Amino acid sequence: MIGANIVSRSSGDLAGRVVRVVAAVTALVLIWVGLDIIRDPDGPARLFASFYDLIGQTSTADAVRERGLDPVQSKLTVMVIALVIGTGGVWLLYVGLNGAVDLLGTRWGERVRPYVFLGPAVAMLSVFLVGPAVLTIIASATEGEGLVANWSFVLTSPDMWLAFRNNIVWLVLGTGGSVVIGLLVATLVDRVKREALAKTFIFLPLAISMVGASVIWRFVYAWAPEGDQQIGLVNAGWTALGNEPVPWLQVPPLNTLALIVIMIWLQTGFAMVVLSAALKGVPSEVIEAARMDGAGERAVFFRVVVPMIRGTLIAVATTISIAILKVFDIVYVTTGGRFETEVLANRMFSEMFSYRNFGRASAIAVILFIAVVPIMVVNIRNLRRQGVGA
Amino acid sequence: MTAGVAEAEGVAGSVAVVRAARSPRRARFIERTGVRVAVAVIAVIWSLPTAGLLISSFRSNADIRASGWWDALLHPFEAAQWTVSNYVSVMKADNLATSFINSLVVTIPAVVIPITMAAFAAYAFAWMRFPGRRLLFAGLDLNGTFLGVWLAHTGFGLPLAIFLLYNYISQLPGDLFESAQIDGASHFQIFRELVVPLSVPALASFAIFQFLWVWNDLLVALVYLGTNEEVATLPARLNELVGTKGESWHLLTAGAFVTMIVPLAVFLLLQRYFVRGLIAGSVKG
Repeated sequence: MIGANIVSRSSGDLAGRVVRVVAAVTALVLIWVGLDIIRDPDGPARLFASFYDLIGQTSTADAVRERGLDPVQSKLTVMVIALVIGTGGVWLLYVGLNGAVDLLGTRWGERVRPYVFLGPAVAMLSVFLVGPAVLTIIASATEGEGLVANWSFVLTSPDMWLAFRNNIVWLVLGTGGSVVIGLLVATLVDRVKREALAKTFIFLPLAISMVGASVIWRFVYAWAPEGDQQIGLVNAGWTALGNEPVPWLQVPPLNTLALIVIMIWLQTGFAMVVLSAALKGVPSEVIEAARMDGAGERAVFFRVVVPMIRGTLIAVATTISIAILKVFDIVYVTTGGRFETEVLANRMFSEMFSYRNFGRASAIAVILFIAVVPIMVVNIRNLRRQGVGA
Repeated sequence: MTAGVAEAEGVAGSVAVVRAARSPRRARFIERTGVRVAVAVIAVIWSLPTAGLLISSFRSNADIRASGWWDALLHPFEAAQWTVSNYVSVMKADNLATSFINSLVVTIPAVVIPITMAAFAAYAFAWMRFPGRRLLFAGLDLNGTFLGVWLAHTGFGLPLAIFLLYNYISQLPGDLFESAQIDGASHFQIFRELVVPLSVPALASFAIFQFLWVWNDLLVALVYLGTNEEVATLPARLNELVGTKGESWHLLTAGAFVTMIVPLAVFLLLQRYFVRGLIAGSVKG
């Protein structure tokens, strides 16, 4: 019945086909013109000028051509055009291509159609993911001082070893901390009603950018000389206990730990929400049965609950691990990698943009990619086991 | 060894059972209160850093240096200590107003464009038959101008979008599509009339993810747009402020809050969709 409803709107006749071909051509022209306007900084000004010409306001048109547009107006115009292309234009593109496929007839049309649906997405992925990955691997062998120099720097220099060490500490403590605290809170929250408010407070940092979080925590760790007023929360508490103030972000190895705390603060909410959903899925009869058999709370938790949510624990841990391997913003904003806080992603960024050493930067990118792959594999296999995904 | 532990725990458990049996209501009350207090303490600890930022952003530079932000809470109704001049200053002098518009310009198309593409691709993976279908999907798992940023964010957002939408769209009832097909509906009609309307929750989840990710992103914004004030997004601009005015806490706190306000609002209003998306990506739904 629903199908009949849909079909009644379709038009399989010749007129319908002509309309579709016209739509396809129009879509291409519109997208072409739109792209031309948003690529050119003066594009919006040209557009407005031709518009004023069209309605006969020649003097206004000349003024716009002369002086250009107000920057905000210009930017918003670019955004509107992009939205029209991004939704309407992309949609028209699919409609047009789909219509073109109809012209091929049923037999060939149905063979080609899936690639029409996939085409734009696959093209974007090739251009922005697969292409750069291949180019990066090539660059790590050809750019800068060449293959041997790039890779021997990346694999043997003390700077890089420091970054490797820190990344491992980040992975272990950051992932472990987020998952353990997340699980603890999820378990506690599971036992009280009306937990939504507390959950929201713990969850909220997830919406905050790493740059924002870094500013927040630079303030928490702020340091003033002894005797002065401590305006940082941590040093205020620390000196109140009779200690000397500590510049937490400058003393290794404390500073790396201080940065990991920021990541834990950001990620615990994610772990909590997902684990909390998994805990709700553990049947209460199973827990009751274990209690009846005389299992204590701890045994119930570690021997019954944890094994039952194992898949979710792995999913959460792998997701956070990947986020941590890519961590860049926190280090970049707080210490810039100084005071022995360097990590791989930040080093990659400074090799790329501060030292302009593309070969080394590419080699570090390849290392990061190689490090992410096994975690991805664990994640995907785990999701498949749970029946999620392909 | 293990048996011993289990036995010990068993004994502890039975002791607890006996104790609970003596006054079950009181024991439950004490447990609940303990758990509530623990949860409240963690929630407060988690909120303190942001609270400090928010309160400090409304205090004058002199006040921020003279006393900790918690002091302001001791006499909150003393109106003279509160000021919005920090916000006026960062929006105008430090040009965060421009960056705010830049962030909007970058984010909105970068959320909308990948949704369309990913929905088509997800439908094709889930409900169309073609050679190379499995191969393509396995491959996807691995991973100056505004136009460049939009396309980059579209490219980076697509794998998650296709993954989330594929999971959702492939779970839609197949007999619905079959009967539509028998009635002569084409794939395109099924997609437009059935799949898109039915997938609104999944589309909303992805839109929130992508919005938060693009709005909060520093790396892509730095690489594709740089720190030129004319085009810099909020995180890039805030990072600049940290570099140039690292000790001007009155400006940094206000600036940080300006960058956070939109994602926090989106997040609080649409939390349900966001949580649904998180769980769909990690737990069997």
